[in-house]
Amino acid sequence: MSSFMKASIGRKFFMSLTGLFLIIFLFVHLTLNLLLTFDDSGVLFNEAAHFMATNPIIKIMEPILALGFIIHIIWSGWITLENMKARPKGYQAGDNLLKWYAPAKNMFILGGMVLIFLIIHLFNFYVKMRFTGDPLLNQPGPGLEDGVHNSYALVANLFIHYPVYDIIYILGGILVGLHISHGFWSAFQTIGLNNSKWMIRLKFLAHLVAFLIGAGFAYIPLYFLIKF
Amino acid sequence: MADKILKKIYVKVWRQNNPSEKGRFETYEVENVSQGSSFLEMIDILNDQLIREGKDPIAFDHDCREGICGMCSMYINGHAHGPDSEITTCQLHMRRFEDGETITVEPWRAGAFPVIKDLIVDRTAFDKIQQAGGYVSVNTGGVPDGNTIPISQVDAEEAMDAAACIGCGACVATCKNSSAMLFVAAKVSQFAKLPQGKVEAKRRAKAMVAKMDELGFGGCTNTGACELACPKNISISHIARLNREYLKAKFSD
Amino acid sequence: MSNIDSKIPEGPLAEKWSRHKAAIRVVSPANKRKLDIIVVGTGLAGASAAASLGELGYNVKAFCYQDSPRRAHSIAAQGGINAAKNYQNDNDSVYRLFYDTIKGGDYRAREANTYRLAEVSPNIIDQCVAQGVPFAREYGGTLANRSFGGVLVSRTFYARGQTGQQLLLGAYSALNRQIDAGSVEMYARHEMLDVVLVDGKARGIIVRDLTNGEIKRFGAHAVVMATGGYGNVFFLSTNAMGSNGSAAWQAYKKGAYFSNPCYVQIHPTCIPVHGSQQSKLTLMSESLRNDGRVWVPKKKEDAERLRKGEISAVDIKDEDRDFYLERRYPSYGNLVPRDVASRAAKERCDAGFGVNAEGKAVFLDFKYAIERLGRETIEKRYGNLFQMYEKITDVDPYTHPMQIYPAIHYAMGGTWVDYNLMTSIPGLYAIGEANFSDHGANRLGASALMQGLADGYFILPYTIGDYLAGEIMVPKIDTNTPEFDEAEKNVTGRLEKLYNIKGDQPVDYFHKKLGHIMWEYVGMSRNEEGLKKAIEEIAELKKEFWSNVRVPGEMNNINPELEKAGRLADFLDIGDLMARDALNRNESCGGHFREESVTEDGEAKRNDEIGCYASAWEFQGEDKEPVMHREELVFENVKLTQRSYK
Repeated sequence: MSSFMKASIGRKFFMSLTGLFLIIFLFVHLTLNLLLTFDDSGVLFNEAAHFMATNPIIKIMEPILALGFIIHIIWSGWITLENMKARPKGYQAGDNLLKWYAPAKNMFILGGMVLIFLIIHLFNFYVKMRFTGDPLLNQPGPGLEDGVHNSYALVANLFIHYPVYDIIYILGGILVGLHISHGFWSAFQTIGLNNSKWMIRLKFLAHLVAFLIGAGFAYIPLYFLIKF
Repeated sequence: MADKILKKIYVKVWRQNNPSEKGRFETYEVENVSQGSSFLEMIDILNDQLIREGKDPIAFDHDCREGICGMCSMYINGHAHGPDSEITTCQLHMRRFEDGETITVEPWRAGAFPVIKDLIVDRTAFDKIQQAGGYVSVNTGGVPDGNTIPISQVDAEEAMDAAACIGCGACVATCKNSSAMLFVAAKVSQFAKLPQGKVEAKRRAKAMVAKMDELGFGGCTNTGACELACPKNISISHIARLNREYLKAKFSD
Repeated sequence: MSNIDSKIPEGPLAEKWSRHKAAIRVVSPANKRKLDIIVVGTGLAGASAAASLGELGYNVKAFCYQDSPRRAHSIAAQGGINAAKNYQNDNDSVYRLFYDTIKGGDYRAREANTYRLAEVSPNIIDQCVAQGVPFAREYGGTLANRSFGGVLVSRTFYARGQTGQQLLLGAYSALNRQIDAGSVEMYARHEMLDVVLVDGKARGIIVRDLTNGEIKRFGAHAVVMATGGYGNVFFLSTNAMGSNGSAAWQAYKKGAYFSNPCYVQIHPTCIPVHGSQQSKLTLMSESLRNDGRVWVPKKKEDAERLRKGEISAVDIKDEDRDFYLERRYPSYGNLVPRDVASRAAKERCDAGFGVNAEGKAVFLDFKYAIERLGRETIEKRYGNLFQMYEKITDVDPYTHPMQIYPAIHYAMGGTWVDYNLMTSIPGLYAIGEANFSDHGANRLGASALMQGLADGYFILPYTIGDYLAGEIMVPKIDTNTPEFDEAEKNVTGRLEKLYNIKGDQPVDYFHKKLGHIMWEYVGMSRNEEGLKKAIEEIAELKKEFWSNVRVPGEMNNINPELEKAGRLADFLDIGDLMARDALNRNESCGGHFREESVTEDGEAKRNDEIGCYASAWEFQGEDKEPVMHREELVFENVKLTQRSYK
């Protein structure tokens, strides 16, 4: 199996599996977060956030998710490094076949930017909710039972009072979308689940998934920005 | 239809006398080139000029000059085989260029394709990949009649689509990772579609991929640039089949 | 004065090969391991031979000048490969294929060789299928066939328009398997510059490593030349830029007879020359003549206006078009054989009806086929050819007729070999286009691939055993002997001589001149006066070349100009021999058309009383006249008739 880990296709295989896994996570994450926009009282979101923080299955999934992220990130660095080594000297005239901004050409950069966004995002919410705490979390709110944080207040506060973060989060959504627009079909291609007919379907699906996730995430800050 | 004459063009070309030399770009002027000339004929004209001036002509690979041997290999203005689709360098014509234009000509760039001289690179890595498993193990003689194994027209056609690869290396030259996946996929896919090739399909996929990795080609990140550069229009759907064949082989180990 | 022994076995034609195989000796596996064989060239013949010999257990060393064995010019063959499979139930048979080949070759081939070629042809298809060559298939999954010019049955197997490529890749894969197994050592970018004889037997070669100029010696118990044809003597041809006759020529200078050099095939449907800078002619498949109609204007003034670019083909009305092939050959029309179609085009252009600026092109028009069958059908049949044509000429053949003109395509002549494919030097073999034996004075379409693979897969591996069985006591060939020293010295001396001339003109300057002489006097139409003139002019050009050529670059580096200079030096000599052979053969046959030997209406007239022989030229020394031996051709199984396509 170690030869498989080192083989170019083997490495990509892990990228694809973790990538698809992360896309599933993003869907769950997005569904829950969209609750922010359905109920301005915050009841729905707070309940959901509490469920996510306490449910045992989610507890088990959390480290697996973290592992998924870590593998995806480390592998991307490894693969990119190996791929750069394959061309020690580049072209003077550059590469004019694909547009410079084509996501397919910029997955590592897009991924890197998403990572930066992710870190900001973790510090904005996750770290506060799980470790450091924040006065806003304890702010009373409608329907809050004992021991349930007012996560809604934390989120709403950021999006209402710091427009810079709205822009960062909108950008984050777009970046994730672009990353997925290539990553989704590419993952299927790498695990061999593609052919000339499915190529068109998968590429269409990739753009659809990318749009849903990207637009979905961008919609939340936009909602707060416009509404409040 | 008379072809237009390009009064003057500038050819900025990579010069490197041997593998260990550092190399540099030189710019040459070429005058009065018919747009009906092929790109390599333009280089012939330039070389004739250089020889007469007592300089060393530009070394470049070429042979059949009709788009099938796969020997010609120039990276022109940022495109493998130049700015036209589904052709090799030898089929590129000067019609694609304007009067007064500077044309940048570089060799294929890949660690696995070291430059030998000027625009000539060493592509023996491709042969080595083929030697690792790009064959059906049958000896001459003692084979069944050609019609013994029926092969559906669809499969035969798809195998032929893959088999059309001429081994020029444009895919490697174009891929930002210098990956040889399209090249390997073409062979693996051809045999995967044919009953003759199925017998040793697992061994083949593993051996060819292992050799490809060993020789320093990069991995595939599915950018699809290779299929755009491929003079024979080989689709990256063959790469999906290679991945499938390889994973099947590995997981059954 | 025939001292030629072609070693044709006794017995009825159909049994010669099987009787011969039964009679010849076989080398034991243990002894095969001790025997070395050199194969020069890795096209269909060379690659298939090297692979098959490696499989048998010999130690093989294979050489090619290209960067990979897969690039050999066999790859360019488009149409297909013939085989007497009779899959179509149209009463094809080994005899019919043999007969078509002999007749197509205008009765100038050896009966026994041609029959054997037809006999092994079905095995080739089986072999290629087993290797995974993706031949075209019917819906039911069986192999598909198409028909080709000059025959009445459908026996051509094909893989899209890339049959040569697919067959070569099949042989290349077999070769790769042997390289991987260690039985074949491959030397790409190595060019053979001389064959080394020890005690009269071929025992090795001298090669130049093209990447660094190093001269190397290789010894072997036998040497096989699979080096293709010499069509590039004409400068412009459909051959690859590097295709050359040098290996064959060095063998000739060492005593191997050269046979029928005047037989070269001219292909009628090539894209015309467009100016003085052209380097290479592109072939358009012969199949185009199935649906295209060939014409030139009836009126000279129309032709003149076409040449000046004042009007285009579509401006000329149907009644002003001269469909000269249909006019001259009502029964075959546009489908007359290659040589006839080529000469007819030249005749019209010489008469002033040529249609491009140079006056050297005729039209091949699909307007009528499109009207009859619809654009879609034509697109399906010829789509990729039309696309290629448009890429090269920038003219859309769906709306404007193609321009075509004949070009040199294939060399039927080559190194003389006996029935075992051995040249007149013991231990030196010639296979594929490099030899002369199977096509006579004209080759049928889709037969070149067949011959290359027949020789390499199924003939040479048997016959070479007969010779090597006598060599099993010979130890590994030592290359540190006076013979090798001498050969290497000659090679180095010649290269240095070329390099040190430091004249004024590049190699191509002389090559173009030679091409011009050849095309003018030793081309499609030849006469005594012209041929004599050619011999004189070539001699002058040779002198000029050897005193004024400029070879730039370095000796010990990649140096394409040095390679070209060496090849051209040989082409100059080959051109001379071609002219001599053509002068000697005062009859018209196949690709060789002598103006002195024509019928009343100007058609080629074969003369079996004087022409029923294969020439075998023997080298006598530099600047000495070569001596021609005659191998009389005996036809016991076919009746000689005059070809007529009226």
